[in-house]
Amino acid sequence: MSARDDILGAIRANKPAMNAPAPVVPNYDDSYPQDADGLAALFAERLATMGGTWHALTDGQGVDAALQETLADKLGKPFEEAVIASNVPEVAGNRALTDSDDPGSVHDVDIAVLRARFGIAETGSVCFTEAELTVNAVAYLAQHLVVLLDPAEIVTNMHRAYQRDDFVNASYTVFHTGPSATADIEGVLVRGAQGVRSLTVIPTPPL
Amino acid sequence: MSTNQPDPNATIQSKTATREAQPRPVKAPDGKRVDHARSAKQFLNAPEHAKSHDTRVWAMRTKRDKQAHTIEEWEELRELASQIKTHTLTNLDTYLEQFEANAKANGIHVHWAADGAEHNRIVHEIFKEHGVKSVIKAKSMLMEECGFRHYMDSVGIEIVETDLGERIQQLDGEDPSHIVVPPVHKMRSDVARLFAEQLGSDPDNDDAHYLAGAQRDATRPLILDADAGMTGANFAVAETGGFVVCTNEGNADLSANVPNLHVASIGIEKLVPRVEDMGVFIRLLSRSALGSPITQYTSHFRAPKQGGEMHIVLVDNGRSKRLGMERFWSSLKCIRCGACMNTCPVYRRSGGLSYGATYAGPLGLILNPSFDLHRYSNLPFASTLNGSCTNVCPVKINIHEQIFGWRQVLAEEGHLPWTKKTGLTAAGQVLASPKGYRMAIKTTNSALKHLPRWALYNRMNAWGEGREMPSPPDNGTFHDWYKRNRLNGQAKTSAGGANE
Repeated sequence: MSARDDILGAIRANKPAMNAPAPVVPNYDDSYPQDADGLAALFAERLATMGGTWHALTDGQGVDAALQETLADKLGKPFEEAVIASNVPEVAGNRALTDSDDPGSVHDVDIAVLRARFGIAETGSVCFTEAELTVNAVAYLAQHLVVLLDPAEIVTNMHRAYQRDDFVNASYTVFHTGPSATADIEGVLVRGAQGVRSLTVIPTPPL
Repeated sequence: MSTNQPDPNATIQSKTATREAQPRPVKAPDGKRVDHARSAKQFLNAPEHAKSHDTRVWAMRTKRDKQAHTIEEWEELRELASQIKTHTLTNLDTYLEQFEANAKANGIHVHWAADGAEHNRIVHEIFKEHGVKSVIKAKSMLMEECGFRHYMDSVGIEIVETDLGERIQQLDGEDPSHIVVPPVHKMRSDVARLFAEQLGSDPDNDDAHYLAGAQRDATRPLILDADAGMTGANFAVAETGGFVVCTNEGNADLSANVPNLHVASIGIEKLVPRVEDMGVFIRLLSRSALGSPITQYTSHFRAPKQGGEMHIVLVDNGRSKRLGMERFWSSLKCIRCGACMNTCPVYRRSGGLSYGATYAGPLGLILNPSFDLHRYSNLPFASTLNGSCTNVCPVKINIHEQIFGWRQVLAEEGHLPWTKKTGLTAAGQVLASPKGYRMAIKTTNSALKHLPRWALYNRMNAWGEGREMPSPPDNGTFHDWYKRNRLNGQAKTSAGGANE
């Protein structure tokens, strides 16, 4: 443990002697919409700028039908042959996920359907913890991600998001904002870098 | 999946695409002083690359401004971020102990490394215990500092970079030239050539979508087969014992979540006290870096996943020493966004590899000398001191003042190159005397008018090597003008005078 003691000792000897209290951080969300519809609209707009798709269910449309409508032409195979792993009761899927699955075993999933814990209007982000993911890796190894989001669970901005207790209780808490992306080759934006190629958010309260 | 077909609407390879060879500035051998100016010249000898680099890097700065201007409280956020970092760094021992205790309570193994060599040994030990042969790794500048990949090469453990940009640099045997966009100096024709050689892709297709897809397909099996995953961390939160990693590709999440073993290397300056502090930093980070509101993925790791094992290596590598440097300790606030690089006229026009160090651009100018003063003694001079870096820094580090501070240290400790030393001594004498200064300006203006080029542009005039000297003003010096127009009487507006 000598490196530990050496490092802490050096820090104690060297740290600047000044009294610098931690500042109080305001919420900065007075100008945000006060109602759920307004927040949802802002969320949808910000999600689009990050490459995500907002798909509001049309009258009587089920989530299954919405999957087909939004993803059928992106799969590179007939929709009927798609491997769909669902963690939500709204979609049956054809590939079960259990928390004892080997993470790599979900590599064949075409579409993963998950429910977000909450959303953030400022950035159009959705949040998951291991509870929603079951197998954390499925949110990255799947080709496409479909996210159900309760419009009543959208917070205004990052400051509000970090006031939630998820970060203290979950082992893994992640914000997804649109799909995997890169601009590492000559600045050209490519969606679907190492992770999912698309991310669709469907606003719908839990059953 | 065969969805990686080139997009016919995107610019496809072809006769019009650049075929200019990729410039490869020579890296200074170990123990030798980096010659930034010489390497920059080698980079600039490839004009298409130089222009593309300048354009792309400046585009990031422009996008950053756009984002900053959409947020009314932007300047307050910068101030808050700076204050949180000051608070943390002045209590760093306490927060590190708190972080360690909480991480351990969450089932994470915590290690401490005094330097890069110790970091590499610790990680190697962990890998040996688990029989690790192949590792998928997210981008980490700390691991670059440690020479981690080279070490692992030497002990026969395969490291696969999962960030596309870092993978490109790994396959090309080059260091990253930008901390956020490692291959920003490359054009897509360079990547097409590289991937054709290394991944067997079509050498004539330089569409970015096609190339990114080729790499995705080639890397996916390596991700699935890896024995361990590694990430760095953008932030470590004392209150929870967890850490935060930001990526756009989701590659850190793959590295952490696919293999059962996750090792995270974290610099001791990455601490923040509370979860709430993250709101400030996440709002600033990607907006400052790429001009996007947030990275696509913001991942908070607090405990190993079910059935998994997680290790953290806390690395000092010169940081505790820098904490004691009165003029330079605040450089430890740096959150590695790269905004100072994107705005720097010298970085934009010299390319990151010319700095011959892990950190290029303004932050490199103030970080690298603390690692090796002699090797990086030229770098603090690779700046115009225009202060733009300071103005965009999200944690308000006084970067340009620290650059100047390092010049003073170099002078005090006798590390100035000879031409700079003699030139600066003479300049110091001239500038200390108003009379001498006026004489010198007159003489110089006259010399610029009348001396032949060979007398002005030679080895003694490093400034003139890549630049034209200014043309002397026709109506004399400012002092002449002032005497004519302002001295002894009220202001006169003359034809040659300034607009009032």
